[in-house]
Amino acid sequence: MSFEPKIVGILCNWCSYAGADLAGISRKKYTPNVRVVRVMCSGRVDPTFVLKAFESGADGVLICGCHPGECHYAEGNYKAARRIPLLKKMLSQLGIEDERVRLEWVSASEGDRFASIVDEMTEQIRRLGPFSRNGGGENG
Amino acid sequence: MAKPKIALYWAASCGGCDVAVLDTNEKLLDIANIADIVFWPIALDFKYHHLEAMEDGSVDLCLFNGAIRSSEQERIARLLRAKSKVMVAFGACACFGGIPALANFTNRDEIFERAYVEAPSNANANGTFPQTLTKVSEGELELPELFDTVLTLAQVIDVEYFVPGCPPPVDIILKVVDLFATGQLPPVGAIIASDKTLCDECDRTKEEKKITKFYRPHEIIPDPKKCLLEQGIICCGPATRGGCGLRCIQANMPCRGCFGPPPGVVDQGAKLVSALASIYQGDSEAEIARMVEEVLDPAGTFYRFGLADSMLKRKRLQQPQTEGIK
Repeated sequence: MSFEPKIVGILCNWCSYAGADLAGISRKKYTPNVRVVRVMCSGRVDPTFVLKAFESGADGVLICGCHPGECHYAEGNYKAARRIPLLKKMLSQLGIEDERVRLEWVSASEGDRFASIVDEMTEQIRRLGPFSRNGGGENG
Repeated sequence: MAKPKIALYWAASCGGCDVAVLDTNEKLLDIANIADIVFWPIALDFKYHHLEAMEDGSVDLCLFNGAIRSSEQERIARLLRAKSKVMVAFGACACFGGIPALANFTNRDEIFERAYVEAPSNANANGTFPQTLTKVSEGELELPELFDTVLTLAQVIDVEYFVPGCPPPVDIILKVVDLFATGQLPPVGAIIASDKTLCDECDRTKEEKKITKFYRPHEIIPDPKKCLLEQGIICCGPATRGGCGLRCIQANMPCRGCFGPPPGVVDQGAKLVSALASIYQGDSEAEIARMVEEVLDPAGTFYRFGLADSMLKRKRLQQPQTEGIK
């Protein structure tokens, strides 16, 4: 059986969740590998959420927020824009591939864009293989 | 009535926790007055077979320092668990893995390669590596096996209490002994330290945190009155438990996180990423890239004492990908 990646999508309420919704009501076809969690703002995405997703069996985490300058709360997405790259640098030191965590800006009108991001990320993670959390090594 | 019995042990640690017990100075005599120390390899001449000969549950309190990274340490941890009524993970290594757990960024093969081949001081022409079993004409020689992954004490055995710190400060050590002697030990699972963050207890002047550049401690001379983080020095105070007595802060050095995460925080490193990235000033891609570059070693800085206890626990061991590939 081929490997189907599990991707946790954490989407902001005001832009990206509406964008994903638009992809749906436009009958846009895209891979069903993303499980969407709605948060009020991408600035609410604690880096712990990303680790928690991996710990719970996710193979990738997609975080989407409003485009810079368009945040419903003025600057929440800028916080995400700083947190996620720093988190990714830390995760790379822990052997987690760059493609497994992705931050994207998706507006409420960008249903097509959301669908193509999910398609692309699914394909990238399919190539990487499962996250298979090797927590403890042979003794742990 | 017989005096209660105390055991102390060191596993993967530097000995600093044992020295911290000695730092109680004349109070150590009080401890010796209220209890018999029945096992303490660093200070007293007891052997493992003395410990094995004791009855199960006959030791009233065990202060166990150090992480677990070899078969010998695991065996003695299990042995002490069987012999002890109350097991205390004593110090940052036993609680969170500590400095030894930085080895979780690598694995046994890489460690052996570095220690016995690459290190410039080596003269190992035959490529000899430590073996768990070596046959010689007189018989077999055994060495403990080194683990790939450094573990916390609680990942190996049940632990009643946690005393963090590198090393635990004297006032907390005396508090533990006092709680034990007076029968007032808290509910099992308690971390005997403060319930606040280090920032909460820090007495430096704090204003609005807006950082435009991160400095490493040797790059600037910090103002001893002002919040170190506000001066751009990475300080782990926002995501570290207090109770340490501000030892580093008073030496004008940033907090390194040895008391572990405060209550409510699962992963110290993730929270520090969140805290530091939030207060950095700069929204453009170039500014964000500069910030990421200025934090030279995020995993090593934010998990300096806590990698074994973090959500990911170690760098992923890359296994050959067999399943899941089309």
